[in-house]
Amino acid sequence: MGAECNCNCQADSNKKIDELILKYRGNPNGLIVVLAAIQQEMGYLPKDLMIKVAEELNVPLTDVYGVATFYAAFTLRPRGRHSINLCLGTACYVKGAPEVQAAIEKELKIKAGETTEDRRFTFDVVRCLGACGIAPVMTVDGEVHPRMTPEKVSEVLSKYE
Amino acid sequence: MATVTLTIDNQKVEVEQGTTILEAAKKVGIEIPTLCYMKDINAIGACRICVVEVEGARALQAACVTPVAEGMVVKTNSELVRKSRKMTLELILSDHPAECLTCLRNTNCELQALAEAFGIKEVRFTRGAAKSAKIEDIDDSSPSIVRDPRKCILCRRCVAVCEKVQGVKAIGPVNRGFETIIAPPFGQGLMDVNCTMCGQCSLVCPTGAITEKDDTDKVWAALSDPNKHVVVQTAPATRVAIAEEFGKEPGTISTGKMVAALRRLGFDKVFDTDFSADLTIMEEGTELIQRITTGGTLPMITSCSPGWIKYIEHYYPDLLPHLSTCKSPQQMLGALIKDYYPKHAGIAAENIYSVSIMPCTAKKFEAQRDEMADSGYQDVDVVLTTRELARMCRNAGIDWDSLPEENYDDPLGISTGAAVIFGVTGGVMEAALRTAYELITKEELPDINFTAVRGMEGIKEATVKIGDLDVKVAVAHTLGNARKLLDLIREGKADYHFIEVMCCPGGCIGGGGQPIPTNLEVRLARIAGTYKIDEDLPIRKSHENPAITALYKNYLGEPLGELSHKLLHTHYVPRGVYRKPEGIPEGSDH
Repeated sequence: MGAECNCNCQADSNKKIDELILKYRGNPNGLIVVLAAIQQEMGYLPKDLMIKVAEELNVPLTDVYGVATFYAAFTLRPRGRHSINLCLGTACYVKGAPEVQAAIEKELKIKAGETTEDRRFTFDVVRCLGACGIAPVMTVDGEVHPRMTPEKVSEVLSKYE
Repeated sequence: MATVTLTIDNQKVEVEQGTTILEAAKKVGIEIPTLCYMKDINAIGACRICVVEVEGARALQAACVTPVAEGMVVKTNSELVRKSRKMTLELILSDHPAECLTCLRNTNCELQALAEAFGIKEVRFTRGAAKSAKIEDIDDSSPSIVRDPRKCILCRRCVAVCEKVQGVKAIGPVNRGFETIIAPPFGQGLMDVNCTMCGQCSLVCPTGAITEKDDTDKVWAALSDPNKHVVVQTAPATRVAIAEEFGKEPGTISTGKMVAALRRLGFDKVFDTDFSADLTIMEEGTELIQRITTGGTLPMITSCSPGWIKYIEHYYPDLLPHLSTCKSPQQMLGALIKDYYPKHAGIAAENIYSVSIMPCTAKKFEAQRDEMADSGYQDVDVVLTTRELARMCRNAGIDWDSLPEENYDDPLGISTGAAVIFGVTGGVMEAALRTAYELITKEELPDINFTAVRGMEGIKEATVKIGDLDVKVAVAHTLGNARKLLDLIREGKADYHFIEVMCCPGGCIGGGGQPIPTNLEVRLARIAGTYKIDEDLPIRKSHENPAITALYKNYLGEPLGELSHKLLHTHYVPRGVYRKPEGIPEGSDH
């Protein structure tokens, strides 16, 4: 679904979203369902679509935005093709996760919570992935990378195009 | 209705089933402290300041949302309750800037009052740099209202009044947990969104997180400028409210003292918006008769209330042709003060500085609209709310009690009882009916009091026989009630001739710029004061105002005439809620 995608998937997802919005027209109860679908299809909640949801479902835009910023499942910016999650839980923290974070931020030229300009990566920090035995832990698209070091960052990320 | 007997602090009390502990306690003289609670509007048990001990309950209960039960035993002042409330308050204070001395709500702040009552001697906890809102989050984009999220305690009273009373919800909670702020969506300022500037949020805010934009400095500067001829006008609703700022009973009539105070502050002329309220009746009444007789757009809706105007521009731009083209009384007088008055008094218009004292924050927005410059200048330079005028009086050391009663200046200070009731819901309608009846039938009204359009009911309807015509009218106050009438118009089900809408509960006497607190009891007292002024005035019909007759004869010509049209009428801007509406043309300039 990147900018260079020519497969028409964008048009398809818009159709799906439009159908769902039509289904919940005038029904504020559909707010979270519709937002979740937009998040799923678009990878984020575009402002234009949030305004459309407010108008069509008859929900104040304040509520749409409030829900969108309340739940961690929603993002307001487009996400990258690959999702990096670095654990900053206690164990990972003491085993050097902050240094790994600095290395990732330097490599990608973004801060935690941001997406690279080419939308290749979105980088987030998370709390405890439940794998303290292999700290510091990083996942990319759910794939686990144990015992991360600043030196390994460049090599690991190069595998994801 | 079934009743319930319970014990509160060892006192037996019998109340109706469904009553909350908070209300029941009031009956035996116990004021349980609250912050987020607002009767009938916000009962969410969020702030935890009103907690009480209920025998047998697992934990402390929020009195504002806990209904009473038979045999319930409540303690509102136990050690546990006091400790819990104090801890809650300390935690709220941990994220609140200690800027009381420089806050507009200094000495009239519910948080400050609680800190005093609870004997807070130190702020034990502090979030330091981790404060949830920062100084750059202050929103002063609007000419009417300033939001300072740093001072917000997240009680949501503003959100509730905006959503439930006004049906707008321009602001709401954004983000989560410590990050939560109350704001418009997408980081926008109030000026960029569908806020009507009514300022009801500023009335209900317990702290200084939402206030009027204070413009007193501008007025002091003008008053100190020897080259400026500073003219002031006062709205109908200010005279029954301002005394509250000096400790008087709500509804105390202080027209004469207010005029005297304005002279002592240094205003060169003190005029009355009531004069232009009478003028509004002449213009609007004539417009209504014209619409009825020539098949114009009906129902016609009043246009005095700028919060209401901005609301219809946002939400019902397709219905703008229903609005009377009359400017509000403030703007009519503003245009006259810089067009007619300079010629009359032999003063250069560019040296006139025009101030108005309003019960309203939306008037600040209205004054700076592009359309409001028909005199060739910005017609009204600065609008001060009732609260700001009181602040200036305190600043100047004016002792309210020893002020004499003085009269407004001629000729723009002469008015009638019909004008003063513009300040209450139903008042514009009643004033219009008094004049329309006599102008059309050429007969004297059998009863001047149209009681059917008075009172706090959300929507009032009446049919008045004027000659051969049954005139159907409706009156709505609050935007939530206005919306119901507008939906009827959209559906083609509104067979009214004339509708009055006032933005704020109770009308302008309950406006967003009025003294705090403004609640139902206070509103009713101000309404009673207003009708008392009307009753006591020698002239109670706008068309009998001799100064109005003279103005038409000597200057304006006739209602809806060429000069009236230029100075006293306006057009409206279709705004849309979240984006510009399509297919609705901008109003043409006259």
